[in-house]
Amino acid sequence: MPSLHIKNARVIDPANKRDAVGDLFVKNGVIVDRLSAADKKKAKVIDGTGLVACPGLVDIHVHFREPGQTHKENIATGSHCAAAGGFTTVVCMPNTSPPASNTGTIQYIKDVIKRDAVVNVLTTGCITVDMKGEALAPIGSLAKAGVVAITDDGDCVQSNELMRRACEYAKMFDLPLMDHCQDHSMTVGAVMNEGVVSTRLGLRGWPNAAEDLIVSRNAILSAYTGAHIHLQHISSRNSVEIIRRAKARGVKITAEATPHHIALTDDCIEGYDPKFKMNPPLRTAEDQVEIIAGLKDGTIDIIATDHAPHTDYEKDKEFDYAPNGILGLETALPITLSILVRKNRFKIAKVVDLMTRKPAELLGLPAGTLTAGSDADICLFDPDEKWTYDARAGFSKSSNSPWDGEELRGRVKTTLVKGKVVYDGKKVRKR
Amino acid sequence: MPWNRRHLLTLEELSREELDQIHTTATGFKKILNRSVKKVPALRGKTIVNLFLEPSTRTRMAFDMAAKRLSADVISLDAKSSSTTKGESLRDTAQTIAALQADMIVVRHSAPGSPLYLSKILDIPVINAGDGSHEHPTQGLLDTFTMRERIGDLKGRRVVILGDILFSRVARSNIQALRTLGADVTVVGPSTLVPPYFEALGVTVSHNLRKALADAEVVMLLRIQHERQNAGMFPSIGEYTSMFGLNQQRAAWLHPDAIIMHPGPINRGVEIDSELADGHRSVILDQVTNGIAVRMAVLYLCSGGQPEYVTVTG
Repeated sequence: MPSLHIKNARVIDPANKRDAVGDLFVKNGVIVDRLSAADKKKAKVIDGTGLVACPGLVDIHVHFREPGQTHKENIATGSHCAAAGGFTTVVCMPNTSPPASNTGTIQYIKDVIKRDAVVNVLTTGCITVDMKGEALAPIGSLAKAGVVAITDDGDCVQSNELMRRACEYAKMFDLPLMDHCQDHSMTVGAVMNEGVVSTRLGLRGWPNAAEDLIVSRNAILSAYTGAHIHLQHISSRNSVEIIRRAKARGVKITAEATPHHIALTDDCIEGYDPKFKMNPPLRTAEDQVEIIAGLKDGTIDIIATDHAPHTDYEKDKEFDYAPNGILGLETALPITLSILVRKNRFKIAKVVDLMTRKPAELLGLPAGTLTAGSDADICLFDPDEKWTYDARAGFSKSSNSPWDGEELRGRVKTTLVKGKVVYDGKKVRKR
Repeated sequence: MPWNRRHLLTLEELSREELDQIHTTATGFKKILNRSVKKVPALRGKTIVNLFLEPSTRTRMAFDMAAKRLSADVISLDAKSSSTTKGESLRDTAQTIAALQADMIVVRHSAPGSPLYLSKILDIPVINAGDGSHEHPTQGLLDTFTMRERIGDLKGRRVVILGDILFSRVARSNIQALRTLGADVTVVGPSTLVPPYFEALGVTVSHNLRKALADAEVVMLLRIQHERQNAGMFPSIGEYTSMFGLNQQRAAWLHPDAIIMHPGPINRGVEIDSELADGHRSVILDQVTNGIAVRMAVLYLCSGGQPEYVTVTG
């Protein structure tokens, strides 16, 4: 494998507090400080002029639908979306068919990853058997099988007692719990944020309070058991404050926000278009302000996409009946740059941090850094290039994106995994 | 101004002029209903499909009657007989109906926004006959028609809607039309069924029945849905009746010439005392009759008719 010389890029590596125009060197798939004169001569040169070179992005919340729902996505196509979006490490949710609540399923997923994935794909297991919220899944065996966290995904564990035991038990294996915070008793039949818009549209509302209650519950259980609970896709302004206070007391919780929750509001649902239907639902501008403030002050640790493919025929329904979820991987970077950097004056390095070093650190993954000796997982992007996103021409099997047909700003040009180009700005290198 | 809408999806989107046009046209049709031959050839040769995917008796009957009075051919499909029970999508059902060369579709559906969805798929007119808790435009039209018939111009007039507002499409359509017509609207009922978000629609939210009813010229009652009791929206039907039921004593708080309305079906002795429902202030049966004239107007206008035609020849 030839060495690599990325020339004249703006290298942003938050782990090493680096943000300057310079070069990056790769040898044998690993980042190195410099190349020997002989290696340099033979090295493949990538011109980084005008581009940012950063660690490959890390997304700890994706749905690749394999096994069982591969008409929507599979590990191959999901990993292609990741590559095209600049992501080199992603973490899959366990809500497959069957759910990933036994080691056999985990092993199957790992075999497919080995065969098909073009980026690093990691797995999670369920907290409870088949995500039913009734009995603990074989958490120890799942840990042994290599899951990086446990979660019941959209089926938030409702029993406080069961969640408490899951915390205590998972802590024994240093396994974080990820929770989609939703009190089911308050959200029966709910399809969008409860507020002025839902009132006018006559759609059942999902109140912020249903998230706030479980966020509080999790802060309390994390404090009580010492387990690490990661709060997924925070959408409510009050939850941000609850997390802030808990963190100030040293509680071991972390939190994520999605690009769609910081970019879109419930006003988008005006035309009952299911491409704006997801769970938790889009909320209000007031919620957005607090989530962005939370990202700024570290209350919310990271950006994650909740990439959730559904086919056209599944999404093309009455709003009440359409499934929740949207694609995220191919649009995450431009949307996040637009909202956080251009609208809210975050530094680009801060956004890179939220999408690389911090999510990797959160789960203890060997990713998100350009430190010499690390795998050469690198993303090169043009922060200003304008382009029109065509979801059907994208890499997913599905096309359920609210940004389909929209002009976006900021574009991934090259993605490298272990020093190999997996995406060159046009094509994904398929296995 | 000519009528140029093909669909009737909400009252939110109708202008004052459009509401007037429908009401004027309905006035013309109402005269026809009093003749011995109650039929005009306006929609002869046209086929209207009533797609009722949620149970309905009076709305469906009124649409049926209205279409037949206009000489249209009518086919009715309900949830049981349609292929939706076999897993067919709404898109496929709708496209099948269009392929059968229907000229218009009247849809009742439990999912809010489904008429809008159909209007984007089909190139025939779509009439919303009630979509979940969203809107019930023809009900709002017949209610405001009845109010105008009884008390005249609605500008600045006090209208109270009492009952389960949260889940009511009737309330939403009435609120939208009444606001466009300049009425002063108060929605009243238990706080669980009348959330503060309704203020954003330009109405007053109240939980004080006495204050709300004082000097009101119209009170519209909505059915209290027994099934909501289990959901803990209020403690019991008995408590609801004792706090919010309209009885003789409370009716005395109203303006002396006030009218009492109800879209039906009525639960006598729950939201309204039996004698009030049958009393001289009640216009409940006028609402039903007007429902035919208003729906004739809607079917006629949305299939390309013009309001002037009726006023001249009707």
